[in-house]
Amino acid sequence: MSNAEEMYERLKKVNEPKGYFFSDNQALTMELIEGLLVNKERYGYMCCPCRLASGDRENDKDIICPCDYREQDVKEYGSCYCQLYVSKEWLENPESRRTVPERRPAEKMAWFGWPSGDA
Amino acid sequence: MEQPKVFIYALSTCGHCKNTKRLLDSHNVSYDHVDVDLLPREEMKKVLEDVRKVNPQTSFPTILIGDKTIVGYREVEIMEALGL
Repeated sequence: MSNAEEMYERLKKVNEPKGYFFSDNQALTMELIEGLLVNKERYGYMCCPCRLASGDRENDKDIICPCDYREQDVKEYGSCYCQLYVSKEWLENPESRRTVPERRPAEKMAWFGWPSGDA
Repeated sequence: MEQPKVFIYALSTCGHCKNTKRLLDSHNVSYDHVDVDLLPREEMKKVLEDVRKVNPQTSFPTILIGDKTIVGYREVEIMEALGL
């Protein structure tokens, strides 16, 4: 099994009992898991592949997957921002699917204006 | 009708960014893009300033189509902006 396949199985086992499922777009799911692995290698922690990490763990801690926004987004939209985790209802009702807007406060992206910039 | 200019601010790891590129490719739309996460730090900061001007949340993908800005993989809006 590849690293991504192993991670898929591991995350599925932990998250499904909590009501968080992978989407039915298997190709997208595997791309996102590959992205998580890239970020783990790049930053040392599994940052959301759909957001730009600063590299400063403290600043990025809200977007370490599963992010702080998953619960609210899945509750409201049936899917997390990335569409990695979705609800059972989302899976059963394709017509209800919508683009999930970014809920993370804009100021969390202020790091690129930091003087040293080397977060 | 001439195709409006298309530019995508993307992340190399982001699924919605890849979906956007796939959508454009499938309609033979030509575009330029930058994977912001792969840029050297100084260049990244400059590009992020540009993204913030059109999308205060500085999120990805940010898609410029002509004079329109579309934030996120919004298929209907993208197609409308392209006149397709």
